Amino acid sequence: MHESFTVAGLTLQNRVLVASGTFGYGDEVPQLVDVNKLGGIVTKSLSMKPRDGNPAPRIAETPSGMLNSIGLANIGVKKFIEEKIPKLSTFSCAVIANIAASSVEEYCGVLEKLDPFEAIAGFEINVSCPNVKEGGLSFGTDKEKVALITKELRRRTKKPLMIKLTPNVTHISEFALAAESEGADAVSVINTIIGMAIDIRTRKTKLSTVTGGLSGPAIKPIALAKVYEVYRAVKIPVIGIGGITSWEDAVEFLLAGASAVQVGTYNFVVPSAGVTIAEGIKSFCEQQSISDVGKLVGAVEAKRDLSVIESWL
Amino acid sequence: MVQTHAPVHSVEEIASGIFRLVFRSHELAATAQPGQFVNVKVNDSLFPLLRRPFSIFFVEGDLVSILFNVIGEGTRILVGKKPGDVIDVIGPLGNGFSAAMNSGGYKTAVIVAGGLGIAPFPFFLSKLEKNKNVLSFIGARTANQIVRFGFNRIHIATDDGSEGFSGNVVDLLAEHFSDHRYELPRIFSCGPTRMLKRLSEFTQKKNIACYASLECAMACGIGLCQGCPVETINGKKKYALVCREGPVFETGAVFL
Repeated sequence: MHESFTVAGLTLQNRVLVASGTFGYGDEVPQLVDVNKLGGIVTKSLSMKPRDGNPAPRIAETPSGMLNSIGLANIGVKKFIEEKIPKLSTFSCAVIANIAASSVEEYCGVLEKLDPFEAIAGFEINVSCPNVKEGGLSFGTDKEKVALITKELRRRTKKPLMIKLTPNVTHISEFALAAESEGADAVSVINTIIGMAIDIRTRKTKLSTVTGGLSGPAIKPIALAKVYEVYRAVKIPVIGIGGITSWEDAVEFLLAGASAVQVGTYNFVVPSAGVTIAEGIKSFCEQQSISDVGKLVGAVEAKRDLSVIESWL
Repeated sequence: MVQTHAPVHSVEEIASGIFRLVFRSHELAATAQPGQFVNVKVNDSLFPLLRRPFSIFFVEGDLVSILFNVIGEGTRILVGKKPGDVIDVIGPLGNGFSAAMNSGGYKTAVIVAGGLGIAPFPFFLSKLEKNKNVLSFIGARTANQIVRFGFNRIHIATDDGSEGFSGNVVDLLAEHFSDHRYELPRIFSCGPTRMLKRLSEFTQKKNIACYASLECAMACGIGLCQGCPVETINGKKKYALVCREGPVFETGAVFL
């Protein structure tokens, strides 16, 4: 079975990508994983100028999860073009540039700089960044801003454009609809969930920034519900993200409505997880005589079945 | 750097509350350098989720050992490992003491270690050129928590005065250096940040080169998560990553 397929205009060799901020620029792990066996790599968020990121502590472990407040530390788009694109051009998997910015102009500027490069197959937009001009609230929690960013970026590229949505809103599907209406090719669901942890002996927060983004298996059920909600609301493809550590998790996301998935936090534990998961999905489909993985997408049957209780035992 | 499933050889308590876990890995043993670390997944479950970083304590043949005390879920699981159990290890990682220990310009290697900070030094000493003088200062809370494995002449400081100098190891070092002269000393250190900070102040005042292995919470250990920054002094970048650029830094180059 040949898995190669097209989603949102991207041709991918399988449905498993690695999520932004969990795999660097794809060139850090050659000894531990064959990146060319991945469906694709989403780069660390790129901003116009390099960003130092936040002071330590930037991470804290929580039950089956982790909090982070890296602060979008990145080398900036100029250095990315000079130092990373030549290497990324040699990869056979798709490379998607993730963009973070503190203004609409900056989003557009970064995208325009990257758009000419053939090595960049498409864009994923991190809208969970503070809007500096308007008090620092996240763009991603303002529907009109999500629509505006999508509209302005859509005018500037013909490449696949994916908007990565934050779950820190009441109805994520409304944000997906806003992105869809302005021409997004796909939505990535979900970014991290705001969380917090406290050291009870020092009475200090475990992150220097007080709160941070929760990721890992702890958020998987939430992510799955958001994917399901968005899948039913929009016609564009949904890329499922949130706590995936196994092929079984990935298949759950496909069934809930994801056309492809991204593995995030688990790359920190097992850098080759994405490859293993892609292989696992393939074997599962072969065993189940599913000729096309795409047949799993959205195939969940939303009804109660008492037999599921057996899987508790 | 490899990811390997390594069989546990032994777990033993080598000082009060301090455990040494030995595992077998030819690839790791063959390539590890003093001051490097390994990142260990303690079980197959999603709790605890992240790997745990440990300094390489000693290497002998194909056996690699790490040192830990039981402070959380990860180390509680590790201490229960039995010979033949398998742990998932990534390593060797980071830039250890090699550059500083193998470059010339010093005749006396001075080791300053606090608590579990002794972890990298038995391996370090086994690899140190034999023509160097070695002077070791070890600080511990109390006498029965001192790890002596791999050390010769040790100057000991204990918080409770149960052995050696009563007080902290940096004060012991300062006292010793006021009474003795050493030709071209270079300090190699590891321990609590507060200790390293005081040590850095002392060595800058005395103009002695000092290298320290830093500890920091980290997830991946290989630079992917960017979770372990240390602020640099006059560096090109504001932060260096403890996992990839460290864990060993010249103490004058970073804010402790």
